[in-house]
Amino acid sequence: MNNINDTLIPKIGVITDVRIDTPDIKTFRVVTPDGKKAFDHKPGQCAMLSVPGVGEAMFSITSSPTNEEFMEFSIKKCGCVTDWLHQAEPGQQITIRGPYGKPFPVDDVFAGKDLLFIAGGVGLAPLRSVINYCRHYRDRYGKIDIVYGSRSKDDLLDYKEIIEEWATDDGVNVHLTIDNPQEGWDGHVGFVPTFVKELGFDTNKVAVLCGPPIMIKFTLDGLCEIGFDKTNVYTTLELRMKCGVGKCGRCNVGAKYVCKDGPVFRCDELEELPSEY
Amino acid sequence: MQKITREQLIQKASELLENGTVSAVLGWGIGEFDYDVTPTVFSTVEELKNGFVFNDFCGANFSKYLVKKTDKIEGKILVFLKPCDTYSFNQLLTEHRFDREKVYAVGIPCEGMADIAKVKAISGDGIAAIGSDGDKLVVTTLYADEPVVIAAKDVLAERCINCKSKKHVAYDELMGEEGEVIESNRFDEVARLEAMTADERFAFWQNELSRCIRCNACRDACPACTCEKCVFDNPNSGVENKSPANEFEEKLFHIIRAYHVAGRCTDCGECSRVCPQNIPLHLLNRKFIKDMNDFYGEYQAGAEVGGRAPLVDYTTEDLEPGEVFDRGDNNA
Amino acid sequence: MRKCSLDKINLLFKEIAKNAELYLPQDQTDGSATYKKWEEGSVWSNVLNTVRSPKDFFFPQTEDLMAFKTEGKNIEVIDTRKALDDFVIFGVRACDVKSFDILDRVFLSEPVDSFYALRRSHGVIISLACGKPSETCFCKTFGINPAEPTGDISAWKNDTDIFFEANTQKGKDLLEKLIDLTEECDDTAVVEQKAKIDAIMNKLPLKDLKTDAFGGGKTAELFNAPEWDELSGACLGCGTCTFVCPTCQCYDIKDFNTGNGVIRFRCWDSCMYSDFTKMAHGNNRLTQKERFRQRFMHKLVYYPENNDGLFSCVGCGRCLVKCPISMNIVKVMKKIGGKKR
Repeated sequence: MNNINDTLIPKIGVITDVRIDTPDIKTFRVVTPDGKKAFDHKPGQCAMLSVPGVGEAMFSITSSPTNEEFMEFSIKKCGCVTDWLHQAEPGQQITIRGPYGKPFPVDDVFAGKDLLFIAGGVGLAPLRSVINYCRHYRDRYGKIDIVYGSRSKDDLLDYKEIIEEWATDDGVNVHLTIDNPQEGWDGHVGFVPTFVKELGFDTNKVAVLCGPPIMIKFTLDGLCEIGFDKTNVYTTLELRMKCGVGKCGRCNVGAKYVCKDGPVFRCDELEELPSEY
Repeated sequence: MQKITREQLIQKASELLENGTVSAVLGWGIGEFDYDVTPTVFSTVEELKNGFVFNDFCGANFSKYLVKKTDKIEGKILVFLKPCDTYSFNQLLTEHRFDREKVYAVGIPCEGMADIAKVKAISGDGIAAIGSDGDKLVVTTLYADEPVVIAAKDVLAERCINCKSKKHVAYDELMGEEGEVIESNRFDEVARLEAMTADERFAFWQNELSRCIRCNACRDACPACTCEKCVFDNPNSGVENKSPANEFEEKLFHIIRAYHVAGRCTDCGECSRVCPQNIPLHLLNRKFIKDMNDFYGEYQAGAEVGGRAPLVDYTTEDLEPGEVFDRGDNNA
Repeated sequence: MRKCSLDKINLLFKEIAKNAELYLPQDQTDGSATYKKWEEGSVWSNVLNTVRSPKDFFFPQTEDLMAFKTEGKNIEVIDTRKALDDFVIFGVRACDVKSFDILDRVFLSEPVDSFYALRRSHGVIISLACGKPSETCFCKTFGINPAEPTGDISAWKNDTDIFFEANTQKGKDLLEKLIDLTEECDDTAVVEQKAKIDAIMNKLPLKDLKTDAFGGGKTAELFNAPEWDELSGACLGCGTCTFVCPTCQCYDIKDFNTGNGVIRFRCWDSCMYSDFTKMAHGNNRLTQKERFRQRFMHKLVYYPENNDGLFSCVGCGRCLVKCPISMNIVKVMKKIGGKKR
């Protein structure tokens, strides 16, 4: 029966590199046993990673689709599978299947527009994929602003890449903030939603939000206050998933399944859904 | 046929609502048919008049509902308790599972409840109405020309055939006449299983438990199962499988549950009543009750608040484990 | 149309079982019926329907998806799927046949669930008209006619004979094999039987239950209905309704360490369970009200929204019979749909 494909049957992935990003977030580089990328994806899509005997869970693919060598996943330690992964060393095999979900509309809606990315904590993980994609095809997009905040300087994900690559790009502005003052930090201090309002962006941009639910809520309110239209704001949802293809029946919000109709949602679409997320 | 009527109960509940003794009433809500009643909280006299029902199909034991319902309510909640329900009521109080001060308990007599499956076995399917006439049920069906008249005693639920008590062990107020604790034959079936060889007994349970669909209804209805977090709901327990991974696990679930409620099970019979597959789960619990009675002397869980179950009450007269072991051996 | 005398029904079963595994409703020791494999001496049950629905044949309560062997840091995925022989399910009621359509739309939509598809492709369904529907039946509400069951072969029974009509190639092939045990006949007896069923349908207590208040696009209107509190108030949070339901298809995927490797299996799950949507960092349905609402909104609003208006209920009545607290989709539809009793 080996010739039948089923999306539930995963491929083998090899962790080739583990980067410690923050005290509770590590970034894992994954390829197939023959050293290739497991599959192609689009920015914002996810993959199911599993450790046999421990469990399977959905993660956003952190690396850009333009990276043709490997995939990366920035993973926060917070449950069975993630605890186990945080113990893993390079060479460890896991299983991988995907890609799942609807990506960010990078090739149509985003094209030619100024972009505003707003992330909190590990919420940068899914945005890194789309940010690097847009940086790669820099001429297709207008000005890019990135607002990123975390609890402390040590909790900022991809700090090195942000400072050395993103911040030095032409037409890319990076605005970092941390929740509380900290020695050795001369940047902005304060929560993301307030910081966004202080920065007061032009409202003819497309904004993309990702972070803890409470941050999304207040940032979205703030964006609306300064004149953003919800039809120009995108965010991602995360609910418990098992199959990844809209069949196991648990990640729905109203009639939409986050695994296949999301995880990317436009905020006005989200408003139409029952508040069960 | 119940000796107390729906009207009497509505009258009582209305009085207590209107004089402010209680702010809500936990009772039986009317269904689509004459037998499918649903436990319901009533807040007004109007609601009682429209939706309260009491008949031979009001089997549900309300005691467990008090754990959640007393949390949500301002003032007291009125609960109607049949004699067997009062044992669960006391047992839950013993375990400090709800606030006694928030409950106004009215004991009501019970003549035994009917099992709709038994009714249908006699009347046939397609029930249009079930009325009562003295100690008989009058069943009108879609298929029989004449109503089928059935003696209520012929369709009693199994737990009611072996009723252990018509006496209420807890109440604030009693309606009707108080009954007596009954010398029931409830251990006969256990004795029959004990008389089997180990292989026969295994085959018996194998057959019964093979029907289990792991819906957890037995656990969820059980007044002794009020853990905030059941081990079978814990994803980290390694046994949290919605369906049995194999035959062993299927039995494991029921055996663990039987052990866990041993000494606390009042033998209310809800587990067997709610089982969609008619597995006689109460027999597992009764086996434990019978053994404890044999080993440590008669004990009825819930007979009083604060009763010390034999398994948690050490006395110097307690049986030595070796004696239990030997007995098991002889019985194999 | 072909018929077979009921006296010869066991010969017919024997003939079918020669070429394929045959499953039919048989009595259990507790008086209920379940689908069991036919063997010499098996007796076809008289009950209206089985406690477990025939969805088990295509979507079993538990099935292995794959196995893993791990050695050091390496993992090997082992395909545990086995080739399947054809099998025949006999006596499937019209409601349950319809449930297969509902499951198909989930499992056979892209990406196709190969486990389900394999079973589905090997099953031959012989349906059976309902001579004596129960008071708990309301299939008509969902446009199902118990006098016209579909499937690969439709069957009708009267006091003396059973009648067959093939609807698909699979059905024709099977009837062809039974040619010596059946005889050609006209549809007089079947027409008579259908008229009897129609007459009964008009007497059923739930005959007027309507779906008007439900369907795709009704989320905003119904989601915050105040009635959900009362309806869910007594719900025990058990999985009985979901497990006896022929259209409930939610599942969980779990790993089982055999000590000798890991088996990844799928099993039925229930939206009524407290941990159904529980994640490492939270749960978006914290109370039983939310879980209860999900089940009925899924059947009456979400599923039709995603499936051309088709409801995910077939009115088989199993939940009416089996719910420990007698709360069910009929009561929900009447209350939420505004037709209070």
